[in-house]
This record gives sequence, structure tokens and C-alpha cells, in this order.
Amino acid sequence: MTGLIDSASKKKLIVSPIENGTVVDHLPPGTAVKIAQMLGIMGDSVVIIGQNLKSTKFGRKDLIKVEGKFLGEPELNKIALLAPNATVNIVRDSVITDKRQVAVPDCVEKVALCANTNCITNKENVPTRFLIASKSPLVMVCSYCGYETKGEELKLKD
Amino acid sequence: MNFVNRDIVSIKDFSKQDLETIFSIATQFSKNGYDQALLKGRRVGLLFYEPSTRTRMSFDTAAQALGADTVWFAGTEGTSVMKGETLKDTIETVANYVDLIVLRHPFDGSARWAAEITTMRTRRGMPKVPIISGGDGKNEHPTQTMLDLYSMLMTQGRLESLNVALIGDLKYGRTVHSLSYALSMYGTKLSFVAPDMLQIPPHITSFLDRRGIRHSEYSRIEDAVAEADVVYMTRIQKERFPDENEYNKVKGLYRISKSTLSIAKPTMRLMHPLPRVDEISLDADDDPRAYYFQQAGNGVPIRAALLALVMGVCK
Repeated sequence: MTGLIDSASKKKLIVSPIENGTVVDHLPPGTAVKIAQMLGIMGDSVVIIGQNLKSTKFGRKDLIKVEGKFLGEPELNKIALLAPNATVNIVRDSVITDKRQVAVPDCVEKVALCANTNCITNKENVPTRFLIASKSPLVMVCSYCGYETKGEELKLKD
Repeated sequence: MNFVNRDIVSIKDFSKQDLETIFSIATQFSKNGYDQALLKGRRVGLLFYEPSTRTRMSFDTAAQALGADTVWFAGTEGTSVMKGETLKDTIETVANYVDLIVLRHPFDGSARWAAEITTMRTRRGMPKVPIISGGDGKNEHPTQTMLDLYSMLMTQGRLESLNVALIGDLKYGRTVHSLSYALSMYGTKLSFVAPDMLQIPPHITSFLDRRGIRHSEYSRIEDAVAEADVVYMTRIQKERFPDENEYNKVKGLYRISKSTLSIAKPTMRLMHPLPRVDEISLDADDDPRAYYFQQAGNGVPIRAALLALVMGVCK
């Protein structure tokens, strides 16, 4: 147990707390919706998205709170593709029970698009797969065409 | 490594030892001829979505020389591809008819995808049908590279530490991409000669850097030809340009003639994956260093060796 959620902060809460679920914090501004879509949590869950919130570390940040879902390691690792500095808190009964830093996985499947427009994965219904050649800066090698997609070219599947 | 039922989709999947095995069997076929009994009763499918003369005909010749039957299409006219059939469905279908598929397709990575499709079939209790790439988009052309390396071995007596100049369309030229990957295993010094807009792509040079391979980029042919053991000329590929105006800016920019060869070493060999348009002038054909037609001839023993290895009749 690492402490009551928001107990360290006496500041006014702009984003309401959750009782049980996952808080993904320290996302670069403008990425929260994209990441929530990538995680597939926009369907039936209660999702709170904060955009351009004040951050002492990064100036501005986005944040996602998802009620009733405890995101696992593979999902959290995918977040690292768009937000390498993200932190993830698992909340149970309004208490943060686990705090983690995301990490870029060695292999990325199905979520990202190959930046090579002539790649078979962009032409037909083929699930994408990348091996990570470099985590920082991000370089992903397409398992099909060998093209290296760099972090700044990264696009996610809708 | 065991070749039986192995897919041949990228030269990067092959070790030096694998290549030596292929070259050794190709040499046996060249010296002793082909045994029609080796692949009797087997059937090879040649699926060529793009135009081809040498790759398709040399695979067909190699298969028939070893006694296999071939079924094929050349161009998608007259096939269900014209009705919108996906590569997956075509491969799933043809895999029922043949023991091995040779695929040439316009999209990068299509050969790897086809190989995965026939591997997935095995989970349904169907036999694996190996895929041999005959070129996928602007990505790779592994069997061309094997015959290119074999041609270098035949003419230079070695593959280690050669000085190879690659000239022309290095951006879209899949033969150049596969060849660069392969030569990186042999400590080759690579010179890339191309206009800026057609230079070798960064994902290839970063691969070479990771392997510690020396490489230089030039814009003038003369800067690379004099020192080269092999000059590998390529065609500017009009069909791969998204914009015809861009093609017009660079067409005919590089040309090798008999007079260009005057600065080359006597032991240098001029190679080209063919077809040529005008990048090697006709007066160079009679120079003893011109090797491109013999190089194309090497496609038959190399592809026969691959068919025999993958279908498990040679070791």
C-alpha cells in the first residue's frame, strides 16, 4: 500500500477520483484520447480523461482514469509507445495499491501502423507486428517489410 | 540449417553456411546436369502478380529440369485478383494445388505474409506449403541475391572483402536492398552511387552500421568504378515512382559504356539484375568484363538448388 489516493494533494481536484480501477498519469498533452482508444477502454467502462492539466514535472500533461478495469502489463507497455514517461496507478477501494512506470515492449503487435505505405499491412487486412530496434529514441522494425518506423512517424490503428 | 519446407522470403534469414550449401548444390547441377527423377510427381505454383522474364522463366526451367510440373499465372489479368480477391485467399486456395509456391507481388512484406498464411494452415492439419519470394514490392528479392552472390563467387573466386559499387535506383531497387544485407556478412566495402532522391534508404544504412560495414555514398559513377571488384548496375524503375515528373528528372542520368569501363580493373565484372533500359550501352556487351547475361543464366542452377533443398531431395 502506497497511500490514499490524492491524499498528498490538498489542491483542488479537477478530475474526480476513482474507487477501483487504473489511473494512467503523465501522458504528453493531446495523447489521452488516442491512448484510451488504443487500450480499447472507450466502450462500456467509465473513463475520465483530463487534458492539458498542470504538471510540476512536465508543465502540462494528460491523464486517464478508468473505473472498474485493472490494466495488465501488455496494455501498459503499449502506452509507452506514445508516452514513455507515463506512470500507472492501480486503485482498489480508493487506495493506490500498485504504482508502475511503463516500459516499451520488445515486440508490438496489432496496435501500430507501419509507416511504409506500400507495406502489405497497409494494403490488406493483415495484423501488424514490429520488433523494437531502439527504445529511446523509439524505432520499430516491421516484421513484414523491414521498414523502420520512428517514434515521430508512429500512428496507431483506429 | 534444415532447408526442408523452409520459406525463402528474406536474405537476412540466411547464414553464410546456408548460402554455401546452396552454392555447392548449384555448382553440382551446373557441372553434372539435372536429374529429372529428383522432383518427379511434385508441383510448383508460380504466382507472378508483376511482370517478370528471368525470375519466372528460370524458376520454371529449374523446376522442369528436376522433373516437377509447374502451374502459374503471370499478371493478374484473368484471375480472381481482378475481382478483389486478397492475397490470403489466393494463397489459401493455390496451396491446395501445389507443393511449393513462388510468389512475386507488388506489396512490401507480401512474401512474409504468404509464408505465415501457409504456416497457419498446418494448425488445421494441412501440409506446409513453403513460399519462395520472387520479389516483394520494393522490399527484397532474396533468390536474385543468391544468384548475384554466386556470380560474384564464380568470377572473383571469393566473397570476403570485395569492393562492390551499386549504381542507379538504390531507393526502390529491391535487388540492391537484399544484396546489401547479404554482402554485410562478408565484410564487403559498399559504394552507393545514385542521385540524392534515389539513394540507399536509411533503414539499410543503419543496418550496415550496426554490422560495422564500411559504406560510402557518391553521385558520380567515376568515383566508385575504378576501385570496384564488382559494379552492380540497376535500372531506374519507372513503375515504382509515385510521380512521373520525379522519374523524368533522373531517367538516363547514369550510363555505363565501353569508355566508362576503361577506368575499371581488368578483373572487375559488370553485373545487372536486368532488364536494362539504357543504363548500360550496347557497346559494353562485348567487353570481357560484362557478365550480366551469364549472371542471368546462373538463376537456373541456383533456383534448382533451392527447389531441391526446400522440397527435401538434396541436403
